[in-house]
Amino acid sequence: MDKINTRLDDFEERREHLKNLSDEELHDYFWKLAEQVVSPLIDLAYTHTTPSIERSVLLRMGFSSLEAKTLVDKVIDHHLIGKGAGHVVYKLAKLKGISIREAGLALIEDKYWEEVLEGFGVMKK
Amino acid sequence: MKLDLNKKLDIRELMKDIEHYQPKRRGWTWRKHEPHLNMDGYEYLEVSTPLKQSVGLPSSKYFNNIDPQPLPVITTEIASGRFEDDIRRMRMAAVHGADHIMVIRTAGQSHFDGLIEGTPQGVGGVPITRKQVRIQRKALDLIEEEVGRPINYHSYVSGVAGPEIAVMFADEGVNGAHQDPQYNVLYRNINMVRSFVDAAESKKIMAYANMLQIDGAHNANATAKVAWKVMPELLVQHAINCMYSLRAGMRKEYIALSTVPPIAPPAPDLRINLPYAVALRELFKGFRIRAQMNTKYMESSTREATVTHVLNLLISKLTSCDIQSTITPDEGRNVPWHMYNVEAIDTAKQVLIGLDGLMEMVELKETGYLREKVRELKERAVLFLEEILAVGGYFNAVNLGFFIDSGYYPERNGDGIARKIDGGIAANTVYKRDEDYLAPVTAHFGYNNVSQYDPNLVHNPSALIDGCTFEKREKIIFIDELDENDNVYHRLAETEKYRSTSLLKPEVEWLGDGTVMVDLVLPTDARTAEYAAIEIGKKMNLEDVEVIHREVLHPSEGTRIQFKGKVTFDIDVNDLVIPEPPFELTDAEITEFVKTHGFKIVAATIGEDEHSVGLREIIDIKHGGIEKYGIECTYLGTSVPIEKLVDAAIEINADAILASTIISHDDIHYKNMKKLHEVAVEKGIRDRIIIVCGGTQVTPDLAKEQGVDAGFGRGTKGSHVASFLVKRKKELLNES
Repeated sequence: MDKINTRLDDFEERREHLKNLSDEELHDYFWKLAEQVVSPLIDLAYTHTTPSIERSVLLRMGFSSLEAKTLVDKVIDHHLIGKGAGHVVYKLAKLKGISIREAGLALIEDKYWEEVLEGFGVMKK
Repeated sequence: MKLDLNKKLDIRELMKDIEHYQPKRRGWTWRKHEPHLNMDGYEYLEVSTPLKQSVGLPSSKYFNNIDPQPLPVITTEIASGRFEDDIRRMRMAAVHGADHIMVIRTAGQSHFDGLIEGTPQGVGGVPITRKQVRIQRKALDLIEEEVGRPINYHSYVSGVAGPEIAVMFADEGVNGAHQDPQYNVLYRNINMVRSFVDAAESKKIMAYANMLQIDGAHNANATAKVAWKVMPELLVQHAINCMYSLRAGMRKEYIALSTVPPIAPPAPDLRINLPYAVALRELFKGFRIRAQMNTKYMESSTREATVTHVLNLLISKLTSCDIQSTITPDEGRNVPWHMYNVEAIDTAKQVLIGLDGLMEMVELKETGYLREKVRELKERAVLFLEEILAVGGYFNAVNLGFFIDSGYYPERNGDGIARKIDGGIAANTVYKRDEDYLAPVTAHFGYNNVSQYDPNLVHNPSALIDGCTFEKREKIIFIDELDENDNVYHRLAETEKYRSTSLLKPEVEWLGDGTVMVDLVLPTDARTAEYAAIEIGKKMNLEDVEVIHREVLHPSEGTRIQFKGKVTFDIDVNDLVIPEPPFELTDAEITEFVKTHGFKIVAATIGEDEHSVGLREIIDIKHGGIEKYGIECTYLGTSVPIEKLVDAAIEINADAILASTIISHDDIHYKNMKKLHEVAVEKGIRDRIIIVCGGTQVTPDLAKEQGVDAGFGRGTKGSHVASFLVKRKKELLNES
């Protein structure tokens, strides 16, 4: 799409439908519009994730920033980010009966990815 | 570790054992309102609890050193690139009344994909790392005990690593942060989809930690070609971030709008800025207002900037503000220097206290120009939102260049900042969550299938892993340093002599930077003056001379220049000869003594000496002399014979004789002092009368050697003499 064309100040014509609103009505209308603008954005956030979100999950699970970065990169490489990077680590810990940290550090060393993929019921692509 | 106001903070001691430091608290703290507070006889309406220890305004010495603290939190921005030097400035700022310390990030951190670690040096800011944040928070934990008020520590949750930074801030007790995805999109060209998805997570984490959020809308003002024309858009930007924050789980009272009066003189400041300020506060009732100061029209004149900022403070007072931010008056010419942070804080404190209770006396008109403009701005903002929806929503509107257009909406100049939905940094890095997506942590936003493992833990996902770092701090993995060369220990070693020896060097931002500023007038035009000034700097043996301000006094008659440069020498404080400071009582103590005991003196210049100006300064009430304490002064005139002076003292039963002697040829001044003492002894009054001698050539110790009680040299004030008189009189009373 191109940039919008230039336009002269046509405020007086545009405001026709607003000018008879009370201050309170105008206020409520402002916030109603704001909510309409924001709703699809927050819905998108609700159903999606990003590498930074996943790294932030791993930080909270007790990994360093360097470990979190490597782990998330590997999770993306294995097409598992839709499961959640924290979930990948958690899954392995459950499967192997090891701690969260042990599981994460093993994955950084490229161990047990096959088991994880199997655990999620997906084959390595 | 505890700070002593009279001792410098030991940075090495501060950093000791930092890997185990735990911040005192999470969350934002407001000041406590103290309605009808009385200080030194003055009643204040809109002030907060006074500090335990502080440095008041320079004039506070006339008001028993009171330091009333305004009601809004006061912000100062400190980020010189070296966090260790910034800590000292934070201490300066806090003692002057700042309780919101904002740390600007180093250039480029927004685009850094992850957390930076260690203590590298920054450019135009500080690399925000866990270690630096932890050390600074620890320093502020100590500083807040020194001043007796909680201090809010603040930085930025933005860029492509927002959620990670938010987690680190929650771990480390950071109290507030900028967070606004629109800032990423418009000014940092970070992909818009990524920015909004990240922002929801960041906001959820900030909400959990009770961090105060400040938005980024004020940047539109600084970026726009004609600042005031973006006012309708600013209202829209605030609304988008506020609504998005509410939907992400923040509470209204933790969402602050960063608002700047967009225009400055010579434009008619209040006619444009005040309606905008009113419209904003009405539309965003219930949210918090962070009143920022104008930076758009800052030039190199610190005076001009200060006046603009005073007008900004007036608007805060005429409307409202919860946080009063300050901009250093030198920001238009360099990265802020220590003293300008303090000046800006003092400007805010002085104006807000000066305007205390303003709205008890005046009110904004409910009809006419102001109301019409307020309504117009709101309508223009509503039309803007309508058009965003009409083109298919926010992403399309950004794509079409809706924002930062220099037209006064709905006017369009077609020069807005346009971004592509699939463009920008970190484009195509947003992934759909699968049905079994899981994040077993606290404060995670969005879809989270916890029930696949335990339906009872849906509201407590981190219980799956026996708690995350938010509940179990010991799980945090602390990284110390990653760079062998670029770290705090190297920087400290370079400047160690200014820390652990008696060497001293001037500085404006970093220990030992050597920078000084020279302020001068040259009787010539501006361009000639500028180049002449650089030569002057070189001849003063300064290095890196640079003109930082020029001001035309007259196009041909004169130019004011300020230049900076670096001195190349150190001063050894052990080599200094520093005289004892004059003994001083407070005005109240002197007045009280004089009132209860009475006090009479006789005064004259002695010998053949007609110089009476100095003595009059010491005595006269209009020069701040000793009369103001109620001391009864009999002035005998100039060139008074010594016997006559002593006789007069006996006649009025004076408590003291004040003699002034300027002429010092052949030590005549000391000879006369000796004679004055001897005559008083002869006449039998020496044991009950105080003799004080003064003059420009008088050395206190030499005067005492002549037998008088005290000598006062150049620079003496009435308060010094009065303090001595009262102290000596008390001794005499005790002796008898």
